[in-house]
Amino acid sequence: MDSRGIKRITIFSGHYGSGKTNVAVNYALWLRQHREKVSIADLDIVNPYFRTKDSMAVLTERGVELISSEYANSNVDVPALPAETYGVIQNKEISAVIDVGGDDRGALALGRYSEAIKEDGDYELLFVINKFRPLTRNADMTLEIMAEIEHACHMKFTAIVNDSNIGDETTAEDILSSVAYANEVSEKAGIPIKMTTVKKDLYEELSDKIENLMPIELYVRQSWAERNE
Amino acid sequence: MSEKVLMKGNEALAEAAIMAGCKHYFGYPITPQTEVAAYMAKKMPKTEGGVFLQAESEIAAINMVIGVASTGKRVMTSSSSPGISLKSEGISYLAGCDLPALIINVQRGGPGLGGIQPSQSDYFQATKGGGHGDFHLLVLAPNSVQEMVDMVFKGFDLAEKYRMPAMILSDGTMGQMMEPVSLEKGVVNEYDKSWALTGTKGERKPNIVNSLYIAPEELEKLNFERYERYKKIEAEEALYEEYLMDDAEICIVAYGVASRVAKNAIDQARAEGIKVGMIRPITLWPFPKKVLSEAADKVNKFISVELSMGQMIEDIELAIRCKKEVLLCNRTGGMITTTEDVLNKIYEANGGKN
Repeated sequence: MDSRGIKRITIFSGHYGSGKTNVAVNYALWLRQHREKVSIADLDIVNPYFRTKDSMAVLTERGVELISSEYANSNVDVPALPAETYGVIQNKEISAVIDVGGDDRGALALGRYSEAIKEDGDYELLFVINKFRPLTRNADMTLEIMAEIEHACHMKFTAIVNDSNIGDETTAEDILSSVAYANEVSEKAGIPIKMTTVKKDLYEELSDKIENLMPIELYVRQSWAERNE
Repeated sequence: MSEKVLMKGNEALAEAAIMAGCKHYFGYPITPQTEVAAYMAKKMPKTEGGVFLQAESEIAAINMVIGVASTGKRVMTSSSSPGISLKSEGISYLAGCDLPALIINVQRGGPGLGGIQPSQSDYFQATKGGGHGDFHLLVLAPNSVQEMVDMVFKGFDLAEKYRMPAMILSDGTMGQMMEPVSLEKGVVNEYDKSWALTGTKGERKPNIVNSLYIAPEELEKLNFERYERYKKIEAEEALYEEYLMDDAEICIVAYGVASRVAKNAIDQARAEGIKVGMIRPITLWPFPKKVLSEAADKVNKFISVELSMGQMIEDIELAIRCKKEVLLCNRTGGMITTTEDVLNKIYEANGGKN
């Protein structure tokens, strides 16, 4: 990944379950290698089961500040937004990564900050897509979700993150087969593909075949999700 | 094989129901099952003749289910533990009216409002009725996202075959977990539905769907008849999976997410030379009594691994007529048994490490 295109604020949004939180965590850790002050803000008020806060240890260890609702993973079941979010949006010293909740419902929370973000101007809003999710199987279905999100957050996507994967079973062929899909989304939406993500063990095999390939690790995972055959 | 997609358990339940020809879904949001309703809200209106309706409460939703079930149409509702308690009056009415329907319970910790994390503590509620009166629910307990899909078809099929409500007993982990799944259409057979309220067109006597019988002789007769049907189900429909049971000296019994943890522990114990296996009930009612009773003559000890305070253990003890000791390995309230917990219990049953 090229560090020249880094904006001060990078926002990850997309269809529910496409892997936004994990991509955002990976991106924040990568960004920390290029920027001194990196904060990641968890705006996911939709799903209380998978949150950025689950990755707190690795973020803290590698010098990324985590901003999440003080009620996340606690006994208080309220969809509260972290108070410090405005701080990282307005403080030009900080490189901010914003992890938005899934679908239009999740993107409503981003709408709360859209004026301030647009006013700042130095941002990108990334659309995370996964062709192996049942409601984003093809470009047209994906564009439908995209329009719903843009409507909810009062912002336009600036680029695409192709995070197509089928969990543990993802093969190099799966990733290669998603390129045409991502290209079609990109063409129809009129925005470029910022990066294609791939789990680390497939990176070498694919690095000369796909542009802007970003190796990622799975940080957001619960122990009970371990598979056994 | 159809191409695989990456799905949450909750989404798989909804998609499978639509594939199985269910065109009516009534629900009310509650964590951790909300994705079932959310998926239905997106997809059902795009299905020909499909109806998604968010009711004003769980009670309203289950009564809408009764209405559609009376017409012989395939219908589903879903909720999580506290919401299922609210639905339990309607579930008893479904049983009393001999109506097929599919009810999903994505369990969370209880009692009361409890928590939002996964649990299996509605075992008694699901398997011992789940409402007032003499009746049973068919209870299916998948342990993977793929099996969720299969059990939706199975649930509709059994419900319509025996004219009774079926429940898929899932939990927060199974609902939230994402796995590759192949969306293959299962089979729901066509059964006689001459009982359904479809309009007489003046050509036949009206059908009546009712659960009120003031005359005790009549009510007793209906209950006896229903229990004859239950006997047949117990004899013919129990489903289970055996894992490394051929030479097992210790038998673990676990369902749903607990069986996944147990399997990891069994593999580790086997590597250390301990002969342990598992019988995983896939139907909790009917409970796989026969295979457990046969196992009781072969193994030394049983272990019930469950995310509840010792509920399924009672059915194991009954099934094996207390022939062998049954140990309990459990967590509850939203906590999940670890591989180490199960491994330590295996050592205990084994009288120490080998």
